Amino acid sequence: MIDYEYKIPADLHEVFTLLKEYGEKATLVAGGTDVMVKIRNTRKAPEVLISLRRLEDLRYIRKNGGYRIGGLTTHRMLELSNLVRTELSALHDAASQVGSVQVRNVATLGGNICNAAPSADTAAPLLVLDAAVVLEGPGGRRRVPIAEFFKGTYRTVKEPDEVLIEFDIPEKMGAFGSAYWKHSRRKAMELPLIGIAVSVKLSEANEIEDSRIALTVAAPTPIRAYLAEDFLRGKPFTDQVLKEAGEIASSSECCTLRTSLRCEAWYREDMIKIFVPRMAKLAAERIKSR
Amino acid sequence: MEKVSVSFTLNGEPVTIEVPTTWNLLKVLRECFELNGAKEGCGVGECGCCTVIVDGDAVNSCIYPIPEIEGRSVLSVEGISGTDGGLHPLQKAFLENNAVQCGFCTSGMIMSAKALLDKNPEPTEDEIRTGISGNFCRCTGYVQIVEAIEMAAKNKEGNF
Ligand SMILES: Cc1cc2nc3c(=O)[nH]c(=O)nc-3n(C[C@H](O)[C@H](O)[C@H](O)COP(=O)(O)OP(=O)(O)OC[C@H]3O[C@@H](n4cnc5c(N)ncnc54)[C@H](O)[C@@H]3O)c2cc1C
Ligand code: FES
Ligand code: FES
Repeated sequence: MIDYEYKIPADLHEVFTLLKEYGEKATLVAGGTDVMVKIRNTRKAPEVLISLRRLEDLRYIRKNGGYRIGGLTTHRMLELSNLVRTELSALHDAASQVGSVQVRNVATLGGNICNAAPSADTAAPLLVLDAAVVLEGPGGRRRVPIAEFFKGTYRTVKEPDEVLIEFDIPEKMGAFGSAYWKHSRRKAMELPLIGIAVSVKLSEANEIEDSRIALTVAAPTPIRAYLAEDFLRGKPFTDQVLKEAGEIASSSECCTLRTSLRCEAWYREDMIKIFVPRMAKLAAERIKSR
Repeated sequence: MEKVSVSFTLNGEPVTIEVPTTWNLLKVLRECFELNGAKEGCGVGECGCCTVIVDGDAVNSCIYPIPEIEGRSVLSVEGISGTDGGLHPLQKAFLENNAVQCGFCTSGMIMSAKALLDKNPEPTEDEIRTGISGNFCRCTGYVQIVEAIEMAAKNKEGNF
């Protein structure tokens, strides 16, 4: 028999009081689309669920120099935001493809990242946008670059008594165009077989000033393809250059691709080769059409 | 087993219930109120048969913890008929278009469609398809459903 207490604190202060009181017995829950499903599937529940759903003031998308997105912001809010669509396009691509409208109405960006599934759709976009994660715990606030946030499959550097407050994206990323490709068999209600995000910044001479490439599902955690990024820096934005970047990103020097139940490594490799160039081109088109 | 008392608005009426903390909204609708329009298909957010509208948004009631409903407004398919008790324009359009075969998905489809049309009264076909992408239909192949929603959008007054 599944049994748990369900606490609904009204503000952050109360959340921390409850976390302290219940310690290891407690799990945080935001939209519950991972937590409630896991309870149902495993028939096991923590003793206490502490809900973050009433922390309405942690749901926001702001631009003031850099970009700040509240930890409790839903995928639906990201999907409907013009700012996110035009300036943080890769994140828009990902958020608007999570599950379904019903899921996106409640599921949060913070939940997607804290759950840390290898397939988390928003991870690759946040990686190519250089996001930092702001965590708050009993000892105060700290910032962790998203590239250092994931420790393993379903594991992160977040302590159990910390709450993800905000995602910060630096102002300079506003000059990058970005795109995310969720490669899957169906258009909706599907996890990615491979997820590929690219951001690029071009010079007036159409050279690649800077870029980021990130992959989800490729490895046990979402990863950056640093070698391919290094290769691109300073190169002309040509088909041949992008093709080589795709080859580097899919090579074993960048990561050991997983074979999993959903997809074999060779197929992931092929798709990375195809979609790194395509996403780079889409990202570039998007800066130009702004 | 821990119990929780929850007060909310259900299809326009204020209600209060006392149920185990672990219940979800779907279970409450079916067991406490005998509102059987919302159905359990998968129980894990995948199929959309349990879709209802909470504070204006379509949600999967099967994964909506009941304590979270406190103070909110819930609309189920039973609550959408007109003041005269007649069918809602979407319901009429579904019937007229043969958008219902076995019917298991229908109330969820209609609630997703209603949430869409309430916010976007003139959706494109793409927007309709996105709006119902969380609702599986094993029978119709979706074409008639999309057409029914288009028809309901055109006949907002329900005069067809
Ligand atoms: C039908 C269905 C389809 C889905 N499709 C997709 C998909 O296409 N792509 C995808 O990536 N995911 C998908 N998911 C998974 C899930 O919806 C996402 O991971 C979602 O973003 C989780 O957010 P949530 O708010 O519901 O998290 P919850 O379930 O509430 O929490 C998830 C985890 O994060 C922790 N947590 C949540 N918020 C915070 C916070 N602010 N601070 C600290 N810890 C926190 C919780 O303790 C828990 O461990 C799907 C799920 C379902 C049910
Ligand atoms: S029963 Fe709720 S989504 Fe399937
Ligand atoms: S009519 Fe049978 S599932 Fe849709």
